[in-house]
Amino acid sequence: MRFTLKKDKSGVVIVGVEGQLIVGNRQELKQKVLDALEEGSRKFIIDFSKTGYIDSSGLGVLVSLSKKIREQGGELRLAGLNADLQTLFELTKLDTLFAITRTAEEALAAF
Amino acid sequence: MRLDVPSDLGMVGDAVELVASHVPPGTLSPRRISFNLRTALAEALGNAIRYGTGEDPERVVQVHVELARDFVRITVVDDGHGFDTSRVPDPTLPHHVDREYGRGLFVIRHLVDDVAFNEKGNGICLTLRAG
Repeated sequence: MRFTLKKDKSGVVIVGVEGQLIVGNRQELKQKVLDALEEGSRKFIIDFSKTGYIDSSGLGVLVSLSKKIREQGGELRLAGLNADLQTLFELTKLDTLFAITRTAEEALAAF
Repeated sequence: MRLDVPSDLGMVGDAVELVASHVPPGTLSPRRISFNLRTALAEALGNAIRYGTGEDPERVVQVHVELARDFVRITVVDDGHGFDTSRVPDPTLPHHVDREYGRGLFVIRHLVDDVAFNEKGNGICLTLRAG
């Protein structure tokens, strides 16, 4: 399990989630994104192309981050969901809350 | 297989991997082990540790895994007071969708073939049938 943050030349922060996003590590992801928000970043992409599974706590932290980023005038986009994760977002109707693209590159181009 | 998982949310991922790695190939497809089993077990353990044992390091959550030719059954039991599963609201209702909590049971029900609870409400039994 690992979270990676890199900033694109246009200032978009791309967060990679390797492994899983679950109750045991969601706070780490949340803090990393909030730190970047505090430092002035406003556009975020979370890339799940290397993610195996996400539990409801992980989903919850995405909802929380999306709200906090929007409050600061920013936007959070999600990318790279595999078929099972895409289904999870559709089942929970979270696909209606987030802008979801197939790849991080597509999310980047959409900003 | 029996496990006593410490009441520590940081242990959930390791416990899930330990169980998943002991499910022999054949009964469940690799995809169902990778996603359905792991996600459902992480949900059940997270709920038991957070709400059942209150993240008290002195307490444990018990996991029992039954491996059969045509199913895998996982029971997760905590020593808490239990809860009434019928009172969990539908997280997909329009006014609930943007809530941060309340999706765990909903997710579990969609990932496994059968969900059962003990009478006290402090134990959940997840069954994934072959396939």
